Amino acid sequence: MNAGTRAGGYDFVVVGGGVVGSSIAFGLAERGRRVAVLDEGDRAQRAARTNFGLVWVQSKGDGMPAYMRWTRRSADLWPAFAQRLESLTGVGIEYRKAGGLVYCLGPVEFDARREKVEQLRAQADIYGTEMIERAALERLVPGARFGPDVVGASHCPNDGHCNPLLLLKALHAALAIHGAHYLPDAPARNIVHREGRFVVDTPRGSIEAGRLVLAAGHGTPALADAIDLPAPMKAERGQILVTERCRPILPIPGSGIRQTQDGTFLIGSSKEKTGFDDSTTVAVGGRMAARAIRILPELGGIRLTRTWGGIRVLTPDNHPVYAESARCPGAFVAICHSGITLAAVHAADLAEAISGGALGPTLEAFHARRFHVPKAA
Amino acid sequence: MFRKPPEAPDAVLVEVEGRPVRVPPGASAAAAALIAGLASTRTSPVTGEPRAPYCMMGVCFECLLVIDDEPSQQGCMVTVRPGMRIRRQEGAREL
Repeated sequence: MNAGTRAGGYDFVVVGGGVVGSSIAFGLAERGRRVAVLDEGDRAQRAARTNFGLVWVQSKGDGMPAYMRWTRRSADLWPAFAQRLESLTGVGIEYRKAGGLVYCLGPVEFDARREKVEQLRAQADIYGTEMIERAALERLVPGARFGPDVVGASHCPNDGHCNPLLLLKALHAALAIHGAHYLPDAPARNIVHREGRFVVDTPRGSIEAGRLVLAAGHGTPALADAIDLPAPMKAERGQILVTERCRPILPIPGSGIRQTQDGTFLIGSSKEKTGFDDSTTVAVGGRMAARAIRILPELGGIRLTRTWGGIRVLTPDNHPVYAESARCPGAFVAICHSGITLAAVHAADLAEAISGGALGPTLEAFHARRFHVPKAA
Repeated sequence: MFRKPPEAPDAVLVEVEGRPVRVPPGASAAAAALIAGLASTRTSPVTGEPRAPYCMMGVCFECLLVIDDEPSQQGCMVTVRPGMRIRRQEGAREL
């Protein structure tokens, strides 16, 4: 039996239809590859539908300059990526390369952030983040009335934001336009490597392809072993508060506050180890709200409309893992947080490498074997 | 579209867009806006389209009103009080 999808099979089956899988699949389809994308249903625990929507450079890559360069490369590709997606699909994804801010409350936070920024800058010359004092911050965001505790911020002009739900919608639309097959309600149950091909078992039948990309978020470990792919992962919960819509005052997104194009404020960002429990708590929501109100006191006068929790997809060192299987060549895995930030480079450089059949030297640093090497003292 | 109920002897006097309107006690602010004959009670902050109360049970957020100077109130969830001032919500509220 098969899902009745394409005679002659596929060049690639991409397991995972979130932003990471869809971005890679989009890049493969753009390169003329015949692609099937297997996805779960609406109830899937999906980072693509719970994230904050930042294209975020300024905090990425501590301890791995290759990741910092990869992130910056994606941020540089984003404007053309967004334009390509929008003109192809007609779906506006609200991308703005507006820069990004990490607010500092009090001189202690400011000094700590400055130290961090200098540490990151020392690791790669493309970092491009500056500390700015309150007066400069006020000039940058003239519509916002910051609270008295705000002494400044770190500012990175390479950051930006988009609507992550519309990005996912646009990617799925783009896949269809390029002739790729997106198969919802078809979670991969099992993967077999047979005579050089990959056969994926799903409730909708088996899908066969010459090569395979595993990008199934936290569904990855259960599928990776059978095709000899690494899947070192950890889960981390983030909660987000959503307010009613207000007139736009904050065009620049921040690490914990951003105003969407429609005027909603999203407030984050928490980090908790709760396994795969994605529920929300008043304690954490209250703490996030209190900090947001110290940054922008007027937020205290508006209503929350909803909250949500999501589970971040992370590796042990928080940096991406890209790898090809040694025993089953043609099987690739992509595990990463920051699927929005990296969407542009996933659809370009990563898809190009995978399409070409090898990850190559640029991506060598991202192999999971880094976790097996004992660190020098 | 709707027929007004006969005016109750204990009707509540409120103000809709500056005009006095008598509404049944226990009515919602959204009902008061409808009784006053407003064809639309807000504009969408996203598209600018005119909108009006729809579900009347707190779910759809279409009935947002400025009530006693407090913006973006769900009009269907607020019970009228004597002297209440009800105005249209134009687009998104100010912060």
